[in-house]
Amino acid sequence: MTDKFVSIEGIAKRYPGAGGATTTIFENLWLSMARGEFCCVIGHSGCGKTTVLNILAGLDAPSEGAVIVDGQAISGTSLDRAVIFQSHALLPWRTVLGNVSYAVSSKWRSWDRAKVKAHAQNFIDLVGLTGSEHKRPSELSGGMKQRVGIARALSITPKMMLMDEPFSALDALTRGTLQDEVRRICLETGQTAFMITHDVDEAIYLADKIFLMTNGPGAVLAEVVENPLPRDRGRTDLHRHPLYYALRNHIIDFLVTRSKTFTTEKPDHDPRNVPLVHIGKPGLSIASSGEEQRQTWTPGANPGLTA
Amino acid sequence: MNSSLRLRAGLVSIALLAAFLGIWHLATRSTAPVATMSPEYAKLMGLTATQGKSAMPGPLDVGAKLWEHLKRPFYDNGPNDKGLGIQLAYSIARVGTGYLLAVLVAIPLGFLIGMSPLLSKALDPFIQVLKPISPLAWMPLALYTIKDSSVSAIFVIFICSIWPMLLNTVFGVASVRKEWINVARTLEVGTVRRAFTVILPAAAPTILTGMRISIGIAWLVIVAAEMLVGGTGIGYFVWNEWNNLSITNVIIAILLIGIVGMLLDQILARFTRMVTFPE
Repeated sequence: MTDKFVSIEGIAKRYPGAGGATTTIFENLWLSMARGEFCCVIGHSGCGKTTVLNILAGLDAPSEGAVIVDGQAISGTSLDRAVIFQSHALLPWRTVLGNVSYAVSSKWRSWDRAKVKAHAQNFIDLVGLTGSEHKRPSELSGGMKQRVGIARALSITPKMMLMDEPFSALDALTRGTLQDEVRRICLETGQTAFMITHDVDEAIYLADKIFLMTNGPGAVLAEVVENPLPRDRGRTDLHRHPLYYALRNHIIDFLVTRSKTFTTEKPDHDPRNVPLVHIGKPGLSIASSGEEQRQTWTPGANPGLTA
Repeated sequence: MNSSLRLRAGLVSIALLAAFLGIWHLATRSTAPVATMSPEYAKLMGLTATQGKSAMPGPLDVGAKLWEHLKRPFYDNGPNDKGLGIQLAYSIARVGTGYLLAVLVAIPLGFLIGMSPLLSKALDPFIQVLKPISPLAWMPLALYTIKDSSVSAIFVIFICSIWPMLLNTVFGVASVRKEWINVARTLEVGTVRRAFTVILPAAAPTILTGMRISIGIAWLVIVAAEMLVGGTGIGYFVWNEWNNLSITNVIIAILLIGIVGMLLDQILARFTRMVTFPE
């Protein structure tokens, strides 16, 4: 972690609560990402994942702390950081081409119509929507709408992509194909990506690093799990990899039990040096029985884990 | 199926119209007993007394009179005798002027209020008090300050059509989906461009609905306003014909007011459809 392309430094988010008290969603959150890295955040609802993403996007400001992207502290939104919204957020009165062109012409204001159109068309082709340029969002399926959202985000050639559960509203088949597309595009373009998800398999397939957050309020970043799966992993044979279940169980155990108890179990947790977890030793990680597994994976006393 | 439904609905409409006209005709037949009186006395009496005619004109009388008006819609025989086309044109011109002025004020102001929570809160009490005032209540004040009856009528139209437009614009602008605004924000779109490329198209259907309500109210109010200010216009025509005791002309005017009101509404409905987007 020498190359800190994105560095979140001690941010906090507080809201004024009832009777003058303040509710702290999270505080003293430190997190960093290298250039070209795909990171997923997993945590229960209310842990402030979306707030972190909104702060990264510049849509929301932290109550404390700073976010540094590519050597510069961010203030407000930027065309360097594209957001793919959960609800696709397409402008319904514009066509597919119109939606992508809107982003392109916002980035390059001096471009003429033809240039904007050609550039937008490239990205529409990239997400496989050739032929649907002149359709309105209402004529598209959910998956196609999200493809437009992806094309719009990519078209401004951002330094990083921020995705807030982009596929959660889609059916399983569509979600699978879109995950493939996003993975392909991110690998091809070396895009840095930050994604929020509830889907453990999605995180395992897409992410290089998985951030695990405890329950809010007062959520902390508990662990950073490195994905041990090879970079050329495929979605269909993912579950055959010897380390797949070890990784999956580790994440699910965290979500089921440790996300609630983490703060009490580890009072000495240092938010500035969040443990980086490597899932190793393939022989130990293949699950034979769920019960055994849970006992094996108690934090700290785990032979398969080196924190 | 759909076209046959339309056909059947059309047939029912025609049947209802025929029934209405039939009943109207029967109810206004000459059935009253004719009193015998000396010819000199009869000359002083109306047709009701001498020929037993109903005081209410029948559909045939109205139809004949209407045909006469339609043949010569733009004649001008002096202040109290102008063609119906001229009277309607005066009314439409007044409504159009007052309404357009209201559009020019209400939509930019509504944008400002909708985008600024401060202005929204600060102006709310004024709007709440001014909105329920009957537009005709402004008439004496308008006549006193403006000192011109025709301009006063335009002012009354302005004041009555501004509220639905203003409130709908505020509502439409304030309730633009947060995610669309966020799209513009992440694309670093400036305030002015954001207002025109995101907020205006998103709020347009709501704004147009307000404009449609306004034109309806303006057309309702102009008749009453012209009865008060007099001189020209369809409202004055109605009042003038009432003074002439020409119920036939009053009925014709009522019919035309309805038709023009419907046309104005249809025009705005068409505009509304043009800016409405499916989601």
